[in-house]
Amino acid sequence: MADRKVKVYIKNKKGVLNPQGKTVESALHSLGYKNVSEMRVGKYIEFRIPDKNDAKKQVDEMCRKLLANPVIEEYRFEIE
Amino acid sequence: MKFGVIVFPGSNCDQDCFHVVKNVMKQPVKYIWHAEKKLDNFDCLILPGGFSYGDYLRSGAIARFAPIMEAVKKFAGRGGRVIGICNGFQILCEAGLLPGALHRNKNLNFICKNVRLKVENNHTIFTKLYSKNQIVTIPIAHADGNYIIDPKSKGKFKVVFTYHGENPNGSEENIAGIINKAGNILGMMPHPERVAEGILGGTDGRLLFESLLQNA
Repeated sequence: MADRKVKVYIKNKKGVLNPQGKTVESALHSLGYKNVSEMRVGKYIEFRIPDKNDAKKQVDEMCRKLLANPVIEEYRFEIE
Repeated sequence: MKFGVIVFPGSNCDQDCFHVVKNVMKQPVKYIWHAEKKLDNFDCLILPGGFSYGDYLRSGAIARFAPIMEAVKKFAGRGGRVIGICNGFQILCEAGLLPGALHRNKNLNFICKNVRLKVENNHTIFTKLYSKNQIVTIPIAHADGNYIIDPKSKGKFKVVFTYHGENPNGSEENIAGIINKAGNILGMMPHPERVAEGILGGTDGRLLFESLLQNA
């Protein structure tokens, strides 16, 4: 059975400060890219799982239980 | 009063806590390795500071799944006293034993310095020997101490310590330490075990341990 590749994207919820984004943004500003705004730095996680029907449900569970903290973060994922 | 200090791979304040309980407070204390599944008859558990599991993913996120944590949850559920200091506080939040979350300091720096705290609540088993609104000096040493209140947790916790004067990490409502509604689980970012002896620069943290013993 073929494995499928999972890509998980995690970022801070709207309203939760993202100090990393703010700092990187101001670094870009000082490089001259003054047009950059609303930068948010998040996390990207990838892994493989067997190609089964419940893969989507499983990945969603993994995100809720461990990969993201629902108090401060939101996530989305793709299964290729 | 019998204390247990839980040791995760990457804990680094376990020996400080152990020392204070044993040599300053003169109480029996044991280390508990994270891989253990059972607890002896402890009266109080301390989850110490450090970088459990390298703080991978998020601070405390992996430690929460350590084998011992199921026993800690049961112990806390029966009303056992639990203190989480710094990384221990982060673990308690990730484990759902305390509400909210601790994320990156507002200025992104790891901050290690003495801070002034205000005792907001002295009606707890951990703070009864402090006076209300007392200002104490206790050091912090963390990169992820920015406390975020879970909007769903209203009424489920009480604030015990707030940062007084400067807020070092951006935490909501200047929160430095909280206690659960039942009053048996305390989480705080500052390190009371580091100021329990005058020779180490202060004794403001010692009252916390003495408060606990008053109830024993």
